[in-house]
Amino acid sequence: MRGFRTGWGNAAFQGFNYALFLIILLICVYPFFYIFLVSVSDPAAVAGKLITVYPIHFTLKNYGAILQLNGIYQAFFVSVVRTVVGTFITLFFTSMMAYTLTKRELAGRKIFYRVTVAAMYINAGLIPWYIMMRNYGLKDNFLLYVLPSAVSIFTLILIKTFIEQISTALEESAIVDGAGYFTIYYRIIVPVSKPVIAAVAVFSAVHQWNSWYDNFLLVSNSRLMTMQLILYEFLRQAESIASSVRAGGEPGEITITPYAIRMTVTMVVTWPVLLVYPLLQRHFVKGIMLGSVKG
Amino acid sequence: MVREKIALQPRNAVKWSRGKITLLAMTLPSFLIVLLFSYGPIFGWMYAFFDYRIGMRMSDAAFSGLKYFRIALESPDLLRVVRNTLALSILSLLNIPIAAAMAIFLSEVGSKLFRKFVQSATTLPYFISWIIVYAIFFSFFAPDSGYINHVLMKLGWIEAPMDPLGNNDLVWFVQTFISIWKNMGYNAIIFFAAIVSIDQEQYDAASVDGAGRFRSMRHITVPGIMPTFIVLLLINIGFLLSNGFDQFYVFYNPLVSENIEVLDYYVYRVGLIQGDVPVATAISVVKTVISVLLVFGASLLSRRATGKSII
Repeated sequence: MRGFRTGWGNAAFQGFNYALFLIILLICVYPFFYIFLVSVSDPAAVAGKLITVYPIHFTLKNYGAILQLNGIYQAFFVSVVRTVVGTFITLFFTSMMAYTLTKRELAGRKIFYRVTVAAMYINAGLIPWYIMMRNYGLKDNFLLYVLPSAVSIFTLILIKTFIEQISTALEESAIVDGAGYFTIYYRIIVPVSKPVIAAVAVFSAVHQWNSWYDNFLLVSNSRLMTMQLILYEFLRQAESIASSVRAGGEPGEITITPYAIRMTVTMVVTWPVLLVYPLLQRHFVKGIMLGSVKG
Repeated sequence: MVREKIALQPRNAVKWSRGKITLLAMTLPSFLIVLLFSYGPIFGWMYAFFDYRIGMRMSDAAFSGLKYFRIALESPDLLRVVRNTLALSILSLLNIPIAAAMAIFLSEVGSKLFRKFVQSATTLPYFISWIIVYAIFFSFFAPDSGYINHVLMKLGWIEAPMDPLGNNDLVWFVQTFISIWKNMGYNAIIFFAAIVSIDQEQYDAASVDGAGRFRSMRHITVPGIMPTFIVLLLINIGFLLSNGFDQFYVFYNPLVSENIEVLDYYVYRVGLIQGDVPVATAISVVKTVISVLLVFGASLLSRRATGKSII
C-alpha cells in the first residue's frame, strides 16, 4: 500500500510478513483440505498411516456409504429449500420495510423505526422464546425456519442507509409517470440496490444453510431435519454407523471407519459453502465492509 | 352545531391518500414479524412468576411471586456458570486486538493479490457452522484418531496422545483459540476497511519527516483504527453475558462440563432438560435486564470516547 520503503530492512520485514500470513493461511484453509483428503481415501489403506497432502488410495466408496444413510437426501432437500425460501423471504420483508422507512409520508414512521431498532437489543431468553414459538404453532413446522428470520434488523438498517443515498430523481420521475409506492419499490429501488441486496442475500443464505438451533429445539419430525443437524447426529453416532456398514460387507474387511464417516459427512455438509465461496467471496467481503461502515 | 364540528377536527389531520395506505400496507407485515418474534417472547417472562411446566395450561399454574428468582439466584451452580461466562467473554475480547494487528500487518503486504487472497481465505472459517467447526477440531485434536496427536507421536515429541478438547483446565484457552480461528478473518476485514479510509497524506507527510514503517504504524495507523477498535470493544461488552449457545453446546462434553458451561447453556439445561421452566425464565429475565443495562452503559461510554453512539 505504501511503497516508499526499500533496502534490507524492508526485505526482512516483507519476508516475515509473507511467512506470517502463509502460516495463517495454512491454519485457516488446510483443515478443509485435510478433511477432503480423508473423505476420498480408502479407510482400510489409511489405517495407522497419516494423510498429509494427498489421499491414500483414492476412492469414492466413503461417499457411497454415507449417501445410503437414512434421511440424508431429505435433510439436503430441507436445507436447500430452507436456504432458498428463507433468503427470499428475508430479502423481501427486510428491504420492503427498509424502503418504507425512508419515506417521510409513512404514518407512524418514527414509532416503527424506534421500536424496530430497539428490538435489536432485546433478547427475551431461551425459554420464553421456546414457549412462544410453540404457542405460535411453529413446533415441527417448516415456517419456523423462515418466518422468525424474515426481518433482520441490522440488515434493515444497512439497506435503509443505502436507499437513502439513492438519488430522488429516479423516484420522482416514476411518481410523475403515475407509479405507486410498491411499483417504485419493485421496479426502481430493488434493481438500484443490487450491490447491497446481493451482499445481504449471500449472508442470509449462508446463515440459513448453517442454522440448526431452531431445528434442534423445536423440531422432532425427522422429515424436517436439516443437513447440519443430521451431520451432528452422524458425528455422534459414527461408531454405530461404521459397525452397521461393516456388517454389510465381508467379515474382517474394513469397509469403513468411524473416522472416515465423520470426515465424509462433514464434507457433504460443507461442500456447498466451499463451492459457492470462491464465486461469491466478493460479496462476502463487500458485505462485511458495508456492515462495518455503520460501526 | 357547525362550530363544534370545526372544533372537533384535529389540527393536522392525516390525509389518507391511496399512497399512504400502500406504504402502511407495505410496512405492517414486516413490523408484525418484528413484534411477534422480538417482542413476543417477552410475554414469556410471565412464566417466571408461576409454578409452570411445559404442557401445562396457564390457568392451572399457581402464582409464585419471586420464589423462583430467589431459587435461581441462590443456586450453587449459578456462580460457577457466571464465572465461566465472564471468563470466556473477557478472553474473547482478545479477538479484537488480534484482528487489528492482522489487518495492520496485512496492509503492509506488497502484493494486492496476496492481500485479497488472504482476506478471502481467512474469512472462510466464519461462514461455516459451529457443528462443522466442531467436526474439524475433533478431527485434528481427538485423542485416538486426531491428526495432531498422530503427527506429534510419530515425531516422538509426545508419548501418549493429548486431549485438549477434553481437558477441563484448558477449556477457556482452547475455546478462545477456536473462536479466534473462526472470527479473526472477519474482524480483520472490518479493521482493514478502517485502515483504508485513513488519509494517505498523513503517511506521505510522515515519510517526508523521516518516519519509518513502525513509527507511522504507531502514530498514524493505530490512532486511525482506534474508533473502530473501541466500538467493537464496547459492542462486545454489551454482549458479555451472552457468549452464544452454538459454540458451547457442540464442544460440551462431561469431561469439561465444569468450566465450559456458560449461562446460555445453563439456561438450556435447567429449562429444557430439567424442565424447570420458571427458574430458567427467571435467569433469562435477569440476564436480559443486565445485558440491556450493559448495552446502554457501553453506548454512553462510546459517545464519550468517540462521539458516536452504538445504539
